[in-house]
Amino acid sequence: MMQKLTVHEGLVVPMDRANVDTDLIIPKQFLKSIKRTGFGPNLFDNLRYLDEGEPGQDCSQRPINPEFPLNFPRYQGASILLARENFGCGSSREHAPWALADYGFRCVIAPSFADIFYNNCFKNGILPVVLPAAVVDDLFAVLYASEGYTLTVDLREQVVIAPDGRRWSFAVDGFRKERLLEGLDDIGITLKSADAIRAYEARWREQSPWLFGGFDRPVS
Amino acid sequence: MAGLTLYDKLWQSHLVEERDDGSALIYIDRHLTHEVTSPQAFEGLRLAGRRPWRRDANIAVPDHNVPTESAERLGGVAGILDPVSRLQVQTLDENCAEFDIVEIPINDVRQGIVHVVGPEQGITLPGVTLVCGDSHTSTHGALAALAHGIGTSEVEHVLATQCLLAQKMKNLQVRVSGRLGTGVTAKDLALAIIGQIGTAGGTGFAIEYAGEAIEALSMEGRMTLCNMSIEAGARVGLIAVDDTTIDYVRGRPYAPTGELWDRAVAAWRGLHSDPDAVFDRVVELRAEDVKPQVTWGTSPEMVAPVDGVVPDPDAMDSPGRAESVRRALEYMGLTAGMPIRDIRPDRVFIGSCTNSRIEDLRAAAAVVKGRRVAASVKQALVVPGSGEVKKQAEAEGLDRVFLDAGMEWREPGCSMCLAMNADKLGAGEHCASTSNRNFEGRQGAGGRTHLVSPAMAAAAAIAGHFIDVRELTEA
Repeated sequence: MMQKLTVHEGLVVPMDRANVDTDLIIPKQFLKSIKRTGFGPNLFDNLRYLDEGEPGQDCSQRPINPEFPLNFPRYQGASILLARENFGCGSSREHAPWALADYGFRCVIAPSFADIFYNNCFKNGILPVVLPAAVVDDLFAVLYASEGYTLTVDLREQVVIAPDGRRWSFAVDGFRKERLLEGLDDIGITLKSADAIRAYEARWREQSPWLFGGFDRPVS
Repeated sequence: MAGLTLYDKLWQSHLVEERDDGSALIYIDRHLTHEVTSPQAFEGLRLAGRRPWRRDANIAVPDHNVPTESAERLGGVAGILDPVSRLQVQTLDENCAEFDIVEIPINDVRQGIVHVVGPEQGITLPGVTLVCGDSHTSTHGALAALAHGIGTSEVEHVLATQCLLAQKMKNLQVRVSGRLGTGVTAKDLALAIIGQIGTAGGTGFAIEYAGEAIEALSMEGRMTLCNMSIEAGARVGLIAVDDTTIDYVRGRPYAPTGELWDRAVAAWRGLHSDPDAVFDRVVELRAEDVKPQVTWGTSPEMVAPVDGVVPDPDAMDSPGRAESVRRALEYMGLTAGMPIRDIRPDRVFIGSCTNSRIEDLRAAAAVVKGRRVAASVKQALVVPGSGEVKKQAEAEGLDRVFLDAGMEWREPGCSMCLAMNADKLGAGEHCASTSNRNFEGRQGAGGRTHLVSPAMAAAAAIAGHFIDVRELTEA
């Protein structure tokens, strides 16, 4: 069961660079895990630590990069990431939202997201929020100027609310919203359409029988 | 009513159900699996007590973690030295056995990079929907297949339901007029397109490549181009079916035969955009304007022609862009205004799902034949995309050409494209690479990647610095 998200209030941390790719979010050596959890300590590994990370390490013993915001005392406990355009580009690895979720993030706010990453977030209880670039610029400025800066993200109303009462509405597709609000499992919902899938499959098999041979037959 | 694009046709023919909330269920004909993005999906099935909906739509092959050194490879899965990599490949074997999925195992001659193996074996066919937990699944669109990368949750969803919960993309046509010049390849074209529209230029779109230059490309070239669509932000890259496509598919191991072949071809001939189809956006390029390309930064859009220079962030209007370039130059250890030609690679990598097919290896071999790798180059790796590519290359004597030049000839796999196996860059090392991503640390922590075509990588290996390949081949 996926973690629900309805209204979330949390501390905000900046990730102030454009085109953050999923290699940067979780480097490839950690993709060797066969589990879905435990990626949090290696989130942004190359930026967060001064040494080269290896899978299975005790990260509490590693030298941290004091210049990386995620390591600043003021941002400890952050659950909302404020980011720049094209966040999550590159590899389709779902390990990226797994790492963000494992660290404790529930929401990423950016002017734009890469498609696959955006989609993957919703499968993992993370809400990606698109706000206009000018608003994001402004949020970065306020965030840098105010320690302990929090935002409230209300998925039901589709609005981000600042402590000073300013509100920005955001768009989200109906089906994604519904599933995140309820924490619903996509597979369970799709299987309710099993009859429609079987009916399609029968028609398609009739029309394109060459697609139903499988890969068992020996290859000459 | 306006005509349909190729993407529209593929979408419509696979639509199982449309919902009021804007989502749709799309039927998936082919699901390819590799070891990195599947273990958690199989675990999900196991926990929920589910079985694959249709096992015969699935095929698996290990590629990301497999060693490419012959000695290590001889030991099969048990012989993989890195225990974490070994466990991941073993887990794929076990999951395929448990869920009754056909797997091409590590030392089968057909094994290789999933995006090379699919088309090569006739698993990828025109008109199919094909997904894989890997963003470079866009490669298969070269055969007019609706193909894209998915996350692991979706891998599990496809296994369990044979469908994908999806939303229709917008249509972007990239029209390339004229012909690419000698020595200029699909890779250069892909990089030039990304340089023009940016790494987010295709976000939300399915790209269809069209025009004279595209029609003139071989299937290998088309796969390279479609492969790089995701680096322009587009999950899908497509090219219409023509004789080149049909000729490529004919006789492939899993391609239909006899009467079924004729029926299939008749259906495939309709896989093109209608003349009056409307695209949401059109981008036009002239093939004659495209020169061999070299990336200088940490995003594929940070690219210049080989006769160009590294840009100056201080001369840029946008402060955000200037900051990105400044950060990239610092990471890459390059200075503004430096000629691209003066960049000296420490290593050369010819391989990856972008450029490891037979045509790529032939192009590289033609450049290095009778020459030696420059003394300043520590290593030049040639990693064929599959066992079949390797076999073909060896039959043509290409392996000897590479070895005689001082290059290494390896076993098939993803290798140094993403350095999940032992093949990686050291910190600060520059690499002329035929792969697809120059992100920070992609080829090894601190490694500095320059994306180029196979011929350009080979030329850099020989010259010891980037050089227009035409200077070597037209001399």
